Amino acid sequence: MKQMWRRFQSSYLLYSFKRDRIAMVSLAVLVVLLLVGIAAPLISPYDPYDPGNIDIMNSEIPPAWMEEGDGAFLLGTDIQGRDLLSTMIHGLRLSIIIGCGAVVLQAFLGIVIGLLSGYLGGKTDAILMRIADIQLSFPYLMVAIFISAIFQVAFGIGRYEELAVPLLVVIIGLAEWPVYARTVRASVMGEKNKEYVEAARVIGLSRTIIMVRHILPNALTAVMVISTIQVANAVMSEAALSFLGLGMPVTRPSLGSLIRSGFEYIFSGSWWITMFPGVLLVLFVLVINLLGDWLRDVLNPKLYKG
Amino acid sequence: MGHLLEVNDLEVKFALRLGELTAINGVSFTLDRGQRLGLVGESGAGKSVTGFAIINLISKPGYISGGQVVFDGRDITALSDEAMRNIRGNRISMIFQDPMMTLNPVLTIGTQMTETLLAHRNISRAEAEDIALEKLRKVQIPSPEKRLKQYPHEFSGGMRQRIVIAIALLTDPMLIIADEPTTALDVTIQAEIMDLLQELCEDDEMGLILITHDLAVVSQVTQRIAVMYAGKIVETGPTGAIIRSPRHPYTQGLINALPGSRQAGGRLNQIPGMMPTLTDIPAGCAFHPRCELRGTVCDMEVPHLRSVDSHQRMVACHMVESSEIDRTTSKA
Repeated sequence: MKQMWRRFQSSYLLYSFKRDRIAMVSLAVLVVLLLVGIAAPLISPYDPYDPGNIDIMNSEIPPAWMEEGDGAFLLGTDIQGRDLLSTMIHGLRLSIIIGCGAVVLQAFLGIVIGLLSGYLGGKTDAILMRIADIQLSFPYLMVAIFISAIFQVAFGIGRYEELAVPLLVVIIGLAEWPVYARTVRASVMGEKNKEYVEAARVIGLSRTIIMVRHILPNALTAVMVISTIQVANAVMSEAALSFLGLGMPVTRPSLGSLIRSGFEYIFSGSWWITMFPGVLLVLFVLVINLLGDWLRDVLNPKLYKG
Repeated sequence: MGHLLEVNDLEVKFALRLGELTAINGVSFTLDRGQRLGLVGESGAGKSVTGFAIINLISKPGYISGGQVVFDGRDITALSDEAMRNIRGNRISMIFQDPMMTLNPVLTIGTQMTETLLAHRNISRAEAEDIALEKLRKVQIPSPEKRLKQYPHEFSGGMRQRIVIAIALLTDPMLIIADEPTTALDVTIQAEIMDLLQELCEDDEMGLILITHDLAVVSQVTQRIAVMYAGKIVETGPTGAIIRSPRHPYTQGLINALPGSRQAGGRLNQIPGMMPTLTDIPAGCAFHPRCELRGTVCDMEVPHLRSVDSHQRMVACHMVESSEIDRTTSKA
């Protein structure tokens, strides 16, 4: 453990991180946002899921610093009278959970399929990659509309509200796995002809061990880079679905559903309901993308010391 | 008990779109416990393919189309994948040319060593680590405990090849196939590694097949040599006898081409022409277009290996006895 820490301290990764101010600021912002999201129930001023806290008389109060603002609601309230700040914090939490969950699912599917496809080649490869092509040619919105429509008919809208989070994870996860599968397949195909793989076969290791223990670690660089970008993408997808009313229900709003719920009132003057969640979403996605950019530059051996 | 390894009439073909190519065409040799055999020849002669064929690991378009590989009394060309994996890396090990490439760059030496053991033995990780340490000491790696936790890029080329050898030794194999183990190393390290290999084979009665194009290395280490040309063995016999008085015109050419056999400043000898590619191997003796001694039979009949003297020497050449080969080479 101690040795690993020392190794990390002298690594190129840390060195280039310390020299890149954008990366440092991005990471700081990201960490704050993640902490806020994780600790949402502890730090948010109100519990937006508790109907007892909601008073319709409080609806559409502007942020505290405006003339009609109320000190009790820092960023104002939404159309139902919920404290906007609390709702946003909980929405951020949902966006993080859905984004990360979807990426874990995508990565799992994509890595397994990419590994098999790249290493085994031949017919397996052809079949799996054609499935990936087909999957990519369905717009994820269509898949999402389809699945949630079926689900709502089958289980009723009440159940849907309970199961919306896992459902969104599955929808977004299924929609984007080919991105991983293709990347992993490409690096596996590059690695599998290297001599250390031949050596591993000569040693008598089984195919599974060679794939998982020897080839996969060598292909992980690419996976790390696309993972950051995919988290940002998944958060955006979730927001887009929610904005269209296919994602999180209004009773448990994510950032996307908040933007949508405020959108209808934006011209009647209540701009804050859309504005603040929108800014938060942009900030969150932006820092992830900036970090992803930095990571890509650092891990790309062609740009190394360039 | 029979031989440790007996290769009978081994034939390897590659099924390509333009037809089947025969890479190995009827190779036979035997190896006893503790014996060291050198497989010599130009690039493309089929040395490495022979090595891979022994452990039944020819990659895709290629396959073993005929012959037997009898290892320790069993024909291993017919074994199942599972049974073969049990022999590979366990009872037969292989060492490759480039130690930079054969170690996985993202795993520590310790992981790579214990993994091999765990795949073949039913032992705990701690026991595997002990064996790994013992083997690292055996190949003379200083402070092995520390080294186990390091990655391949933290070692020098010679060190890496020692580690590769240690990995090959892990399971106490009966046979090691070394495919040009020193080509990527500089000359002083080469000598060290070869000494080490020889010592290890003598200590543990291991068989060694040394695949190389370096006659100097072969003459130091091996007891017998098999010279390959275009997928066939053209001459085989005791190392000393072959180096001193080669009988096959190709072997003669190889040995005359060594810089040592000429005066300083003179032009080096070479064998005219190139080795034929697998797509157009000449009829009859594959060497005849480049051969100085060729006669009328040479482009018609394929010569077979036959004994030519009392030294268990076998030569595949029509002209060996009819020509004055012995005298011409002893003069050179």
